[in-house]
This record gives sequence, C-alpha cells and structure tokens, in this order.
Amino acid sequence: MDMSGLRVVAAMSGGVDSAVAAARMKDLGHDVVGVHLALSKNPETGLEHGRGCCTLSDARDARRSADIIGIPFYIWDMAEEFSETVMADFVAEYQAGRTPNPCVRCNERIKFAAVLDRALDLGFDAVCTGHYARRVNRGDGTYDLCRARDADKDQSYVLSVLTQEQLSRARFPLGDDLKSDVRVDADQRGLYVANKPDSYDICFIPDGDTAGWLRDRVGARTGDIVDIESGAKLGEHEGSFAYTVGQRRGLGVKIAPADGRPRYVVDVDTASNTVFLGPPQLLEIDTIEALNAVWLNGIPARGASVEVQVRAHGQTSAARVLAASGSDVSVGLETRLRGVAAGQTLALYREDRVLGSATIARTRVQRPH
Amino acid sequence: MAATRACGWPPHSFRCPSYNCPVRPTYFDYAASAPLRPAAREAFLTASDVVGNPASLHTYGRAAHAVLEQAREELASHFGVRPTAVVLCSGGTEADNLGVRGSYAARHGKDSRKDLVLASGIEHPAVRASVESLRSQGANVELIPTNRDGTVDLDWLSQVVVAHGESLALCAVMWANNETGVIQPISQILELLAPIDVPLHVDGVQAAAWLELPRAWLAHRFTLAVSGHKVGAPVGVGALVVNGVDVLPTTHGGSQELNRRPGTGAAALVAAMAAAVGQTSSDEAQMVARLTAQLREGLADVAPDCQINGELAPQLPGITSVTLPGCSAESLLLLLDQAGFSCSAGSACSAGVTRPSSVLMAMGVSEVHAAQTLRISLGWGSTADEVSRFVAVLAEVVRRSRQVRVGA
Repeated sequence: MDMSGLRVVAAMSGGVDSAVAAARMKDLGHDVVGVHLALSKNPETGLEHGRGCCTLSDARDARRSADIIGIPFYIWDMAEEFSETVMADFVAEYQAGRTPNPCVRCNERIKFAAVLDRALDLGFDAVCTGHYARRVNRGDGTYDLCRARDADKDQSYVLSVLTQEQLSRARFPLGDDLKSDVRVDADQRGLYVANKPDSYDICFIPDGDTAGWLRDRVGARTGDIVDIESGAKLGEHEGSFAYTVGQRRGLGVKIAPADGRPRYVVDVDTASNTVFLGPPQLLEIDTIEALNAVWLNGIPARGASVEVQVRAHGQTSAARVLAASGSDVSVGLETRLRGVAAGQTLALYREDRVLGSATIARTRVQRPH
Repeated sequence: MAATRACGWPPHSFRCPSYNCPVRPTYFDYAASAPLRPAAREAFLTASDVVGNPASLHTYGRAAHAVLEQAREELASHFGVRPTAVVLCSGGTEADNLGVRGSYAARHGKDSRKDLVLASGIEHPAVRASVESLRSQGANVELIPTNRDGTVDLDWLSQVVVAHGESLALCAVMWANNETGVIQPISQILELLAPIDVPLHVDGVQAAAWLELPRAWLAHRFTLAVSGHKVGAPVGVGALVVNGVDVLPTTHGGSQELNRRPGTGAAALVAAMAAAVGQTSSDEAQMVARLTAQLREGLADVAPDCQINGELAPQLPGITSVTLPGCSAESLLLLLDQAGFSCSAGSACSAGVTRPSSVLMAMGVSEVHAAQTLRISLGWGSTADEVSRFVAVLAEVVRRSRQVRVGA
C-alpha cells in the first residue's frame, strides 16, 4: 500500500463494506474523510434498512459508522449528476433496445469521475470504496486491477471500466478479504451495520421492478410479442424497453409454447416495438463486438487468449481476441454463450487481471456447429 | 486531531481556561446551538442536587418547587410578564407547536368560523410544519409574502386583515429569522391585528438571545417561543410566553403549567435557562455586533463580489448570511470544517444534504446563489482573534472552492 499518509475520501454508502474500508484506510495512517453520496432526488424517509441505496436511513448509517470510526463525515449532493448521467443513460439504453449496467456507468461517471474530481479539487489524493477488488502495483507507477480474493464477492467486473488514471487514484482496502471476515471486523469495531443485509437491486429501483420504473418514465407503448420462428403473435406488451435478450421470466404471454419448452426473448426490435420469443438455441452466440473500449495496460494483440465476463456475477468464458483497437474490440468465444445482450459490459481478463472492458454492440454466431 | 489537547481538555471543550486556545476548532454556528454558559452550567449542577418532583407536597417536593418557581420568576421578569405567563416546556420546537396548534385549537374551538391561519414564508420548520398540520383540521393556510429585504410584506398582510379579518384565527411571524438574522416588524404586525383581536405567535428562538422584549408588545395578544440552548442553556428546555392568549395543550398528561403543558417540571434545566437568559445583555449584543462588523469587512476584502443577505433590514448582531458567487456551500463548509471553522448553510435541521435555502429564495435570491450561501453566526464566546483567523483562511478556501468542477 502507500507509504505516506494520503488525504482520502472514503465513499460511504451506509453499508458494512464501505464502512470497514474507511476504517482500514484510517488504520493505515491516512487522513480519511467519509462522504455519503446523496444520489436520489427524493430519498425515501424512514425506510427501515430498505432495499435500494442512499435512503435517509442509509445516510444515517453512514454517519454513525463515521462517528464510530472517528472520521469527519459529509454528504455530497450528486443527485443532479447521477440523474443526468446514470439514470438518463439507463433509460436511453433501454429505449434503444439495449440492456445497460448502471453500476458500471456509476463507477465510470460518478464514483471515480465526478466524486474523484471533486475530491481532487478539494485537496484530497484518492477515493476509497468498499468494492471487492485488488489494485496491484506493477512496480513502474502503473496499476493492475485484479479480482478480489473472495471470488463470490468479486466486483472487478463493475470496475473494469476504470482508466489507468482513475485506478491510480482509487483504493480498495477489501480486496484481500472474505466478506464474512469483513462482517466480523465490523462487529469488532462496534459498527452496528455489521449485520446489515447487502442490497442487490439497482440502487434507484428499490422494489426491483425495472419494467414498471421504465414505464413510469417512458410511458407505456403497446406492441406485439411474436414467435420468431412461426411469426405468430403470442401476446402484447406495454413497452419493448422492459425486455432483455435472454429473458425468460415475466414475458406476459398467455399462450403456452407448442413444444412445451421454455421460450426466451431472442430479439427486441425497438423500431417496430416488437419483442421476439424463441427457443434458447437462438440465443447462442460465439462472437461479441464491443465499442467504447477502455484498456488498463495496453491493447491486447489479435489472437490473444483471454477470459471474458458479460455479467456482474457470471462465469468467465474462454475467448480469443479477433480484433482490438483503442476504441473497439471483438472476441470469439471458445464455447457458445446464451443471453448476451447489447449494452452490457464485456470485461476481458487474463487470469485474475482485468485487461479492460467495452460495451457490447453486436453478438452473432460466426462458426456453425 | 488529538483525542485531548496538551492542556488536557477534550478538543471541543469551551471550558479550557485558555479562552483563545488555537487548537480548539472555532465555533461559528451559534444560530444552531450556543455553547453552555458557565453560569448556566453552575445553575444546572446546583439545581440538580435538589431532589424531588416540584409537584410533590412534601419537604423534598417543596425544595424542587422553589427552584422551579424561582427560575420561572426570573424568566418572567426578564420578559416583563407575570410568572403565570411563562409556560415551560422542552424547547423551541415544542414551544412553537404549543403557540401555533394550542392557540388555534382554543380559538377555532370557541368559534369555528375562525379557520384562517397566516404565517410568514420564512418560518422555521417548527412553525411551518405546525401551521401546515392545521390544514388537516380544516384550516386555510396562507403564507405572507417576503420583501426582497427579508422582511414580511406588511401591505399584503393589512389587505388580508381587512378582507378576511372575521375568519382569521391566528397569525405567525418570527421575531428574527434564523438564516438571515433579519428582524421582523412585530410591533407593527401586533398593531395591525389588534383591531380584530387576533393573536400573533412569535418564534423568538433566535431573537431572545439578543433583543429585549419591547414593553409595547404587552398591550397585545401574542405568544413567544423561547429556546434554552440558543441562549446558552442546555438542550432540552424552552418556554412559551403567553400574553393574553388561550392555549390548549398539544400533549396529554398531568395538569402542570396550569393545564397547558403536562410533564414534570424540569427544575434544573429551567434554572439553567433562567441563568443563561440573565446573562444576555445589550453590552454582549454590542460586543458581538462589533465582531460581526469585523467579519463582514473581512468578507468584503477577500471576496468583493460577496453579498450579505438581509443587510438592508434590521438584523440580529450575530448572524451573517453571505453569498459567495462561484463557490458551492457544500465545498465551502467542508473546507472550512477541515480548516477548523464550524459554520453552516441554511438551518441545521435539513437531512444532511445542503439544499438551497427556501428562506433566501423567498427573498428573491436565485436558487444558484442560495446554494452558494454560508451562514456564519457568532455569540457569547466568540473573539476578535477567531474572526481574524477566519478571514485569514478565507481567501484560500474561496479560491479552492471556486475551482471545484462539480456542482459549483
């Protein structure tokens, strides 16, 4: 870690991870200040440890954790920035028929951008979070982003969008810890959030009803649900934006499939507002093309072997780089994957090291069976 | 920051005999709460040794009763009223609730045609929320517009009084505003309301530390809310001065305070509040006014484009609301806090997020400027040296704050 005492902003969500992360930075001798981000324009009042994030009770939890740790605490109002970047992007992506990952956008545009910028402007040196990931010094002043020791909790995927510059200013004190140990540590420090449940839903959609949230903002637009193979109309939907390629549940279709097998969303056509269902075989792809690439330590060569991850908590797939530039990348998968939607983040790894990431634009089958 | 200072006192303590200790962070948020005055602390500790419930008839109870009533009489004398006019309670918020809701309940209960409530647009949430709560009881609530100088619009008020006098149950206007320090024309409002015999609730929480109750008010019907900790008594005690107004209790229990506010008399806290109030003086007010003038000169030097809000109206001696263009209040407060100066923006009661002040916006300050406004409030323990040191760090704080890219 760093030898000298840095001035660090510890982003504190009110959860146990960010609280322990802040405490660890202080233990290391850094000058730590806790900051809670107010991201919601209408924070729910009195939600008793509700799902979602950054409610008033979360702010209280963060403040109390800061009290106990013994660091100053402030709240930064980032509601405007969050709404204009993360939430606006979320809506726009769905409207374009893609499936966004708002947590990736938030890290890219808010946590390690807007927050980091403000921290640097106010005289701080770094931003620390409770993410499970490892920042490893390469010995030449640059850093690698690696998976956390706790494979189940590893969050390197949502951080894979960070640039080298952002990474150099980030600190992830929990990278070498197991979640269970972090809770024990919190308990030993007297932090009552030690047993606070983790939040899993998108922080600004606390009830998990993404389709409903989108409908409220975009408005319902009735369209057809069609069987892609037969062309038969299977039902109607209230907005194609509520559907994701690979989705199996909540299709809202009454007619059971003829062969009795489950149907999946295989395509979403925003132009005609049509959702196409089909058998899972139609979801298989072996080639992914992605844009807006960010590379941490150099662009991988064509033909390089990598592991790719397309979901926050998904397995990796062995792949080969077909082409890569400063802005784009395409990979060929060794084995086919199902349900990879445009808009998701493609993270590339070599062993446990993040090479970089990009946003999936197109998927297809290149090689027939 | 070290856990204790070299002198052995905890870092934020005001009890260190080295009054000017440079290690103690400077407290410039008296409007949020005033440090405990030594006399109040003494009175509290002495009175705490007296055991008993002031309502009990035995020897212990009588001792506690004597302490409580002695303190009440001192408060009454300070405000120029009879002891029975002082209703003791738990603080400014409770006093505001009692003055608004208790007064409305009595008045509306006696004559149900009286269902209109007028309040200024710049009241503290304790009054504003109390007034709003009357809507669910069928009251019509209207807010008095605010002039650009921060005072209430008397023309508007007199028109409404003429037009709707028969249905007017209650009017609420604070003595001085907690964010800008602007003193309201209470005497004139009392005179406006006198012909229609409508009571005025006055939130005196900020003003009572600095201003003497004008004897002319006593000819009119009013209630006045007072807060202990704003004058240097402990948190948890306050009073409602009731002058010619019927007030029904807002909480339920025993018959204390002549059936206006139940609960065991807090003899020790009230003794502390009486001692604190007794320490306020025009000399002290003048001392603080000089410090405020020194502060404002310094602000003008460091940031010539700064705006002191409400300076065109009469103001309390301790409060300065200053808009620093280009600097977000959030950044300023963080930098000042890190530099050892505790100030605020808006009132202390927000959820922790610095929101642009609705008081400032009611005065015509833009939302952008309202978000770039600091409140610096001085008081009994402030010194010229603290003000000098504040002005000395201000240039750098303003410079840094102006270069913050996000939300500036």
